[in-house]
Amino acid sequence: MTPGQKTPNTPLWEVFIRSRNGLAHKHVGSLHAADATLALQAARDLYTRRGEGLSIWIVPSGAIIASDPADKGMMFEPTVSKVYRHPTFYDVPDEVGHM
Amino acid sequence: MTTTSIRVNETPLVLYVLRRADDALILGHRLSEWIGHGPILEEEMALGNIGLDLIGQARSLYAYAAELEGAGNDEDRYAYLRDAPQYRNLLLAEHPNGDFGQTMMRQLFYSAFADPYWRAMASSRDGTLAAIAAKSEKESAYHLRHASEWVIRLGDGTEESHERAQEAVDQLWGYTGEMFECDAAERALVAAGTVVDPAALRDAWDGTVGSVLSRATLTRPKTGWMQSGGRSGRHSEHLGLLLSVMQHLQRTYPGATW
Amino acid sequence: MYTQGLHTPDSPGATGAGETPELDARFQERIDREDRIEPNDWMPAAYRKTLTRQIAQHAHSEIIGMLPEGNWITRAPSLRRKAILLAKVQDEAGHGLYLYAAAETLGKSREEMFDELLTSKAKYSSIFNYPTLTWADIGAIGWLVDGAAIMNQIPLCRCSYGPYARAMIRICKEESFHQRQGFEIMLTLCRGTPEQKAMAQDALDRWYWPCLMMFGPPDSDSTHSDQSTKWKIKRFSNDELRQKFVDALVPQAQYLGLTLPDPDLRFEETSEPSPGGAPAGHWRHGPIDWEEFRRILAGNGPCNRERIASRQRAHREGAWVREAAAAYAAKQAERKLAA
Repeated sequence: MTPGQKTPNTPLWEVFIRSRNGLAHKHVGSLHAADATLALQAARDLYTRRGEGLSIWIVPSGAIIASDPADKGMMFEPTVSKVYRHPTFYDVPDEVGHM
Repeated sequence: MTTTSIRVNETPLVLYVLRRADDALILGHRLSEWIGHGPILEEEMALGNIGLDLIGQARSLYAYAAELEGAGNDEDRYAYLRDAPQYRNLLLAEHPNGDFGQTMMRQLFYSAFADPYWRAMASSRDGTLAAIAAKSEKESAYHLRHASEWVIRLGDGTEESHERAQEAVDQLWGYTGEMFECDAAERALVAAGTVVDPAALRDAWDGTVGSVLSRATLTRPKTGWMQSGGRSGRHSEHLGLLLSVMQHLQRTYPGATW
Repeated sequence: MYTQGLHTPDSPGATGAGETPELDARFQERIDREDRIEPNDWMPAAYRKTLTRQIAQHAHSEIIGMLPEGNWITRAPSLRRKAILLAKVQDEAGHGLYLYAAAETLGKSREEMFDELLTSKAKYSSIFNYPTLTWADIGAIGWLVDGAAIMNQIPLCRCSYGPYARAMIRICKEESFHQRQGFEIMLTLCRGTPEQKAMAQDALDRWYWPCLMMFGPPDSDSTHSDQSTKWKIKRFSNDELRQKFVDALVPQAQYLGLTLPDPDLRFEETSEPSPGGAPAGHWRHGPIDWEEFRRILAGNGPCNRERIASRQRAHREGAWVREAAAAYAAKQAERKLAA
């Protein structure tokens, strides 16, 4: 490495894995790869060495749109108080059986 | 007290199994040499993975050879106590890593054979070989894909990578005939349905390699003279050096358990 | 969320711009509540800077750590040991990558961090500047170095910064086999030939003190600690972790039949005995040669130059590969547009 010589950036990808027992893809981390094919292979080598995975999604980091943490109150607070959306809010007599 | 190498009673099937085991071990060993020296960290992981798969295949095969031989040998005695003339691997496997392009080209040539090979071997009349084949086939499918993707990128990348990739093809091409050899002992095993006739894998190999080289914009050399000898223990100068590193501890501390 | 893409230089969190006592106080409240700080949350510039440095250093250590151990893969004395060592070193590459990914969420690219390592602008753990001279060193590293690392890593699973904590949880899950494989190697050697046992003792003699130094300078010396502790980046002090390590180590060494190279090591009983009735207390180690530690940190250890030179060479010799991948990706993108 000569001083002043910078290594060019390689694209960043986010990795989501659905495990053998899982129902949904979970975010597990990120990695660098020049293109999608290499990224998928790298994700397999990096994040599924212990038999964790059954399905991999990779997404260019820039493609993810996330909610702004500053808006947490506005986005998520109102749903907390609407407890009637949860099944446990309702009393169902035991004789009716499972509902 | 000194070590002496073991003597192996090489019946046709034992010899056959040792040949495949040695291929896997020597190639796996070569790949492990990349650890700490790779061009990209993710690629060091990938090469490590391939190496581990191959070492795993070697261990299963050595265990089977030991069972067949029934002479008290085991995976470590085969690996550490045979000298170069007793090793039965392809010359391609012992070829030094060279640059990343050469390593990927070697992997392409090897895996383009190993993949259809293991797929065919899954139907072997020999239950143990069939089971090893079923597992190995999934591994070799991945190795082939990985090597192919890299050969394409190196061939169709920059001018420099193209030159290096072409150089790799030209250097290694002469080592691609040996894997299709079939001597008299093996022909008997083929006839018994125990093993696949390597000639039957030729078309698949040609097709795969031809397609990858074409997508990589690389020129396929004219087929000329092919290197040979590894299957009967006549190796290149490289194997002796490789084994002297690999076997050093067992040879220096004979009889010890590690 | 590891996304770097959302992180623009002028978002308030980026530069700690608009830092006010109120924002700082609210941030500290979140920390005190054991809230997890996530990548796009507001954070003081100093928090971001310290964390970036700490996580990067941790990542660099994993990557450099591959070298002293990778050194012995080709000489591993059995196929089982060969496979295990290869898997272990591979894990280390993986850990480095998880950590770079976590550090990147704070705004610095992996390439930039890696360049800092290669130009010696960034530090990594002092322990990897020592050579692995025998097979027993591989056992010692697993047993002692990974043992020490685990002491440090488990508390970090509860670190205040989300991506770092999650990376640590993943790492800790994988790390547990590392220490065990090291101890198993030592056990096999100690039960082996007299030469093997001597090999094990020699390795312990050379690695014991450097491992104690791994925990960093004594608490009385540490300058960074207070703020890191307040921000829940550091959850135990250097001396606390070092003491835990020694207390765990002594019975293990006794079991192996090895002698710790520490003539001043002695057991100090504390006031209350433990429930079983056995004396409770701590094993107090002898004086550490902090001059050696400073020397290593300054770049004058046995292997400092070699370690970096090795990685520099690999990086330089691999440039054409990275360029090829980028060139191909660009060509493919063009072809797609033209199609």
